Amino acid sequence: MIQQVEDPAVEVHDLTVTYHKKPVLWDIDLTLPRGAIIGIIGPNGAGKSTLIKSMMNLIPHSSGYVRIFDSNIDEVRPQVSYVPQKESVDWDFPASVMDVVLMGRYARLGLFKRPRKADREVALDCLKKVGMEAYKSRQIAQLSGGQQQRVFLARALAQEAEIYFMDEPFAGVDAATEKAIIGLLREMSEKGKTVVVIHHDIQSALEYFNWIVLLNMRLVASGPTQETLIPSLLEETYGGKLTLLAEVGNLMHKKEFTGRDKR
Amino acid sequence: MDAFWIILTGSFVSISCGLLGSYLILRRMAMVGDAISHAVLPGIVIAFLISGQRDSITMLIGAGVLGVLTTFLIEFLHKRGNLQTDASIGVTFTWLFALGIILISAYAGQVDLDQDCVLHGEIAYVPIDLWITSTGKIIGPRAVFITGSVLIIIISFIIIGYKELFLTTFDPAFAAAIDISTAMWHYLLMGAVSLATVASFESVGAILVVALLIAPPATAYLLTEKFLFMLILTAFLGIFISVTGYYLAVSIDGSIAGAMSTIAGLLFALAFLFSPKEGIIITWLKNRIIKKELSESF
Ligand SMILES: Nc1ncnc2c1ncn2[C@@H]1O[C@H](COP(=O)(O)OP(=O)(O)OP(=O)(O)O)[C@@H](O)[C@H]1O
Ligand SMILES: [Mg+2]
Repeated sequence: MIQQVEDPAVEVHDLTVTYHKKPVLWDIDLTLPRGAIIGIIGPNGAGKSTLIKSMMNLIPHSSGYVRIFDSNIDEVRPQVSYVPQKESVDWDFPASVMDVVLMGRYARLGLFKRPRKADREVALDCLKKVGMEAYKSRQIAQLSGGQQQRVFLARALAQEAEIYFMDEPFAGVDAATEKAIIGLLREMSEKGKTVVVIHHDIQSALEYFNWIVLLNMRLVASGPTQETLIPSLLEETYGGKLTLLAEVGNLMHKKEFTGRDKR
Repeated sequence: MDAFWIILTGSFVSISCGLLGSYLILRRMAMVGDAISHAVLPGIVIAFLISGQRDSITMLIGAGVLGVLTTFLIEFLHKRGNLQTDASIGVTFTWLFALGIILISAYAGQVDLDQDCVLHGEIAYVPIDLWITSTGKIIGPRAVFITGSVLIIIISFIIIGYKELFLTTFDPAFAAAIDISTAMWHYLLMGAVSLATVASFESVGAILVVALLIAPPATAYLLTEKFLFMLILTAFLGIFISVTGYYLAVSIDGSIAGAMSTIAGLLFALAFLFSPKEGIIITWLKNRIIKKELSESF
């Protein structure tokens, strides 16, 4: 089930990516709709992080191309924001929460220019949105994992971009925070922003995303949630692993429920 | 007056090295500083052989080229050769340093560079080597002007690229995503490290410069959690090290560069033991107090 869209936010054409001659992504061809909240789902090592990194042209492609908003990525860089996997940085770094969130403003500042008062206000506003304004002067070494994740999110928000790529933004956050973040993402999508999220939990994916990409080195599916999060495609993605079968069982159960609710 | 010139040169050198070293340790690249400081040696010798004079500008250029080449080589072996970073650093700098030593000994007759001086430097000679204009006016020791200019270059570099250096050090992936070239800032930083190393090498030598590159920022890192404070504290530590190092050397009649490095090491040890952040004695005391309070409350 690979559905293409007109006037896409992201167009990936025949993309193949290799690490040391070993293919990690194989012939990916997809389009993602504008203004949607898009979930990328697949097992560990499926190439999800690799896919969003190559969408942003952070790693070289072996073949194929990517276009964002029908342009070359380098022309729209400031409009593209990235929330890396939290583990990708050293949280013992001597920086405050505010320092990190202000980095989101760097895309708009040139060389020499320091963040100004207006930038600080935007940064503070974004900290409020993720419920972290009380921590603005805190050193990042003193944050919990979930708080670190929220700081990363605030930094991306501060960039005021058009499209956001988020690598597992829900990893290690509690249920309340997860709800708050998803509320935030919905708000952004209502304003026409496109949000691409790598996600691991299939049950919540059903509720969070309006578009799903199923990936396991090859593209298994790309389309509206209801049509892609189905047992047969999930099995194809995960290769019928035990834990997965259980999840699929749950999922069917849940679908029955939601179906009953509607009736 | 001699003491003043020596301490001034020492301060310039240790501030330059310490500021750049702050970035190196946060990038987990402390060993790269070590590598560059050794690998510039053949550059200096070759520059000397070509130009035939101990003109500092030629040497700066020769060493600068070798310094950046070293970082290229390390990156190349790591990325293309699939070698671990520490292994590629180890291979690169020992080889280049050895090449430098061979060049010095092979051309010993023609080269007015002696091994001891290259390895250990001699800051005590700073006041002797004066800069005299064509009209015969004495401006001051040459080393002061060279290390002073290098310090100005490095401070300007850090001021201009503060944001970019900060971001590419903390989160290179995000920097690349918003179009800040991590590679460019990496090589600029390595170029600056080469420059600082060469400028320092005449005064403190190729080996001890590593102490000034790493010990003061490592000390500052233990004492503060704010990056800007870390830079400022590193600079003050550099000055303190030069002053106390000089008087220590005078009082024991020993090598000034050696005394400076010893002080740098001592300061680090003190910070390691007593730092309020993670000093082991403070932590131990805190734990004891907590245990006592706990046992009293039961
Ligand atoms: N820098 C790298 N060098 C070599 N191989 C890599 C590199 N990064 C990733 N890989 C390999 O590429 C494959 C895909 O990795 P990727 O990080 O994209 O997976 P992922 O789907 O994000 O997994 P996870 O759910 O664990 O985050 C894995 O097999 C991994 O071993
Ligand atoms: Mg990943």
